[in-house]
Amino acid sequence: MTLDWTNLDVEKLIEATYETFYMTLISVAAVFVLGILLGLLLFLTDKGGLWENRIINFIVASFVNVFRAIPFIILILLLFPFTYFLIGTIRGPNAALPALIIGAAPFYGRLVEIALKEIDKGVIEAAQAMGAKTSTIIFKVLIPESLPALVSGITVTSIALIGYTAMAGAIGAGGIGAYAYYAGFQRRAFDVVFISTVIIVLIVFLFQFVGDFISKKLDKR
Amino acid sequence: MIAIENLTKVFKQGDKEVVAVDNLSLNIKKGEIFGIIGYSGAGKSTLTRLINRLEEPTSGKILIDGTDITKLRGGKLRKARQEIGMIFQHFNLLWSRTTEENIAFPLEIAKVPKKERQKRVQELIDLVGLSGKEKAYPAQLSGGQKQRVGIARALANRPKVLLSDEATSALDPETTNQILDLLVDINKKLGITIIVITHEMHVIRKICDRVAVMENGRIVEQGDVIDVFTNPKQHITKKFVEQLMTAPELEGEFSETLANIERSGKVLRLQFKGAKTNESLISDVSKRFPVDINIIDAKMTNTKSGLLGTLIVQVKGDKSEIEQAENYIKNASVDVEVIRDDT
Ligand SMILES: Nc1ncnc2c1ncn2[C@@H]1O[C@H](COP(=O)(O)OP(=O)(O)OP(=O)(O)O)[C@@H](O)[C@H]1O
Ligand SMILES: [Mg+2]
Repeated sequence: MTLDWTNLDVEKLIEATYETFYMTLISVAAVFVLGILLGLLLFLTDKGGLWENRIINFIVASFVNVFRAIPFIILILLLFPFTYFLIGTIRGPNAALPALIIGAAPFYGRLVEIALKEIDKGVIEAAQAMGAKTSTIIFKVLIPESLPALVSGITVTSIALIGYTAMAGAIGAGGIGAYAYYAGFQRRAFDVVFISTVIIVLIVFLFQFVGDFISKKLDKR
Repeated sequence: MIAIENLTKVFKQGDKEVVAVDNLSLNIKKGEIFGIIGYSGAGKSTLTRLINRLEEPTSGKILIDGTDITKLRGGKLRKARQEIGMIFQHFNLLWSRTTEENIAFPLEIAKVPKKERQKRVQELIDLVGLSGKEKAYPAQLSGGQKQRVGIARALANRPKVLLSDEATSALDPETTNQILDLLVDINKKLGITIIVITHEMHVIRKICDRVAVMENGRIVEQGDVIDVFTNPKQHITKKFVEQLMTAPELEGEFSETLANIERSGKVLRLQFKGAKTNESLISDVSKRFPVDINIIDAKMTNTKSGLLGTLIVQVKGDKSEIEQAENYIKNASVDVEVIRDDT
């Protein structure tokens, strides 16, 4: 066993990297939207919230807690029938998306809720005193005021998602994880495993860097 | 213009009830600066929050220009709120928006077209004296500047009423005075009715026309600032007035001071009650009458409607001249009381 790079197939590696990016970016986009919806729902229906409603709050909170408790690898297996119904297959990058999104959205939803709770109550009250509608408060107060925290939250979530894509890859979703497992680990080609690791780490760094940069740019406090 | 009738607000906390506003009635005139003073927990904030319905009343009415605000719902309530500006102790600005964007926010809510919005924002920036700070974020502004943004924002939709809840309590004395001057200036220029909530007597005396003293959710005393100051009836009001000026002869050292004063002429206590008296009264008297006047002690304060306070003087000279001087002072609507007569 040596790292002699003879097993490396650059074309396959590029394709795997592309698939990882594909899965990560689409799921991050979907999780961003869904998570904000969940977070807003949790925040607004909470005690003292603008839409205070114990029943809805309880239902959403239970959904979030249950899906956050299921380990990702089990969630994929659990969602096989759903994925098959939705995508028509259980293999390939698209088939990984439902599990990635459903796995990460509740996690991000909680981060969104925390970010919204950090907003000064006085600012929301000032907007109400100006005669703002709830929708105006959502789009012009809640989201803009918590945006840096929403961005750093989605950064953390996207890094978790990169990890999830690798796990999903190992059971047939493609991407770097699949490449490392099938072309590397199973053929004892550790140069492949090694280079895959390096690329995954670089992707994580890239997301962290971009996320931190945007969050800093937005933060005017 | 604002008529509050039998307003009550009860907060329920578990099985405990807090009556924050207790069957309160109050009339506020158009264009005046009305002060509400009271200690912490008196219910001042609750009262203001009821006026723009951030709080639902338990019972009672609030009429603003004849419209009962407690009966409005949905869009009508939001429209009514646009006619009531509010400024806050902690400013409550959007930190993600610049000065001009913060001021534009209520205009966006009122769906004012962009062109008009920009024009109005510039007017307001000039009005509150924030030129040059248009593009600054709240984090880059001082407390006083932040409150100026708050005031501009509150005035954006040309409200009829401005509610100010402890708007200067987070500012240093110098900045407090500047903000208070700005409020008076706005009141004069725009004729807007201002309701000022405070626990500081200084704020009341500096800018208010009338004042109400609040205790346990009720108004225990109200009237023109000058009357309430010169003739406080309730214990709590007296305590507030003492904050500003303790009558000198009530202080222990005064009898000692008096004992050391040469026994001649008269020692008078002059009670200034605003009106048209001015500081030159004393020199006026000594010019007109052949008497000597020594100031022994003074506790004076300036209010919006004139000089207020107590002055203790010794007047020496011919008995009849002293009496004439006394009458002259009385005619200047200053209360005169003889403390010691050695004529
Ligand atoms: N949301 C609330 N729930 C329960 N009780 C409340 C609530 N808001 C106010 N209170 C109670 O109502 C009373 C009046 O409070 P309020 O804030 O109006 O007083 P205040 O005169 O503004 O005092 P301060 O000078 O400290 O601001 C207090 O006893 C307070 O505890
Ligand atoms: Mg208060």
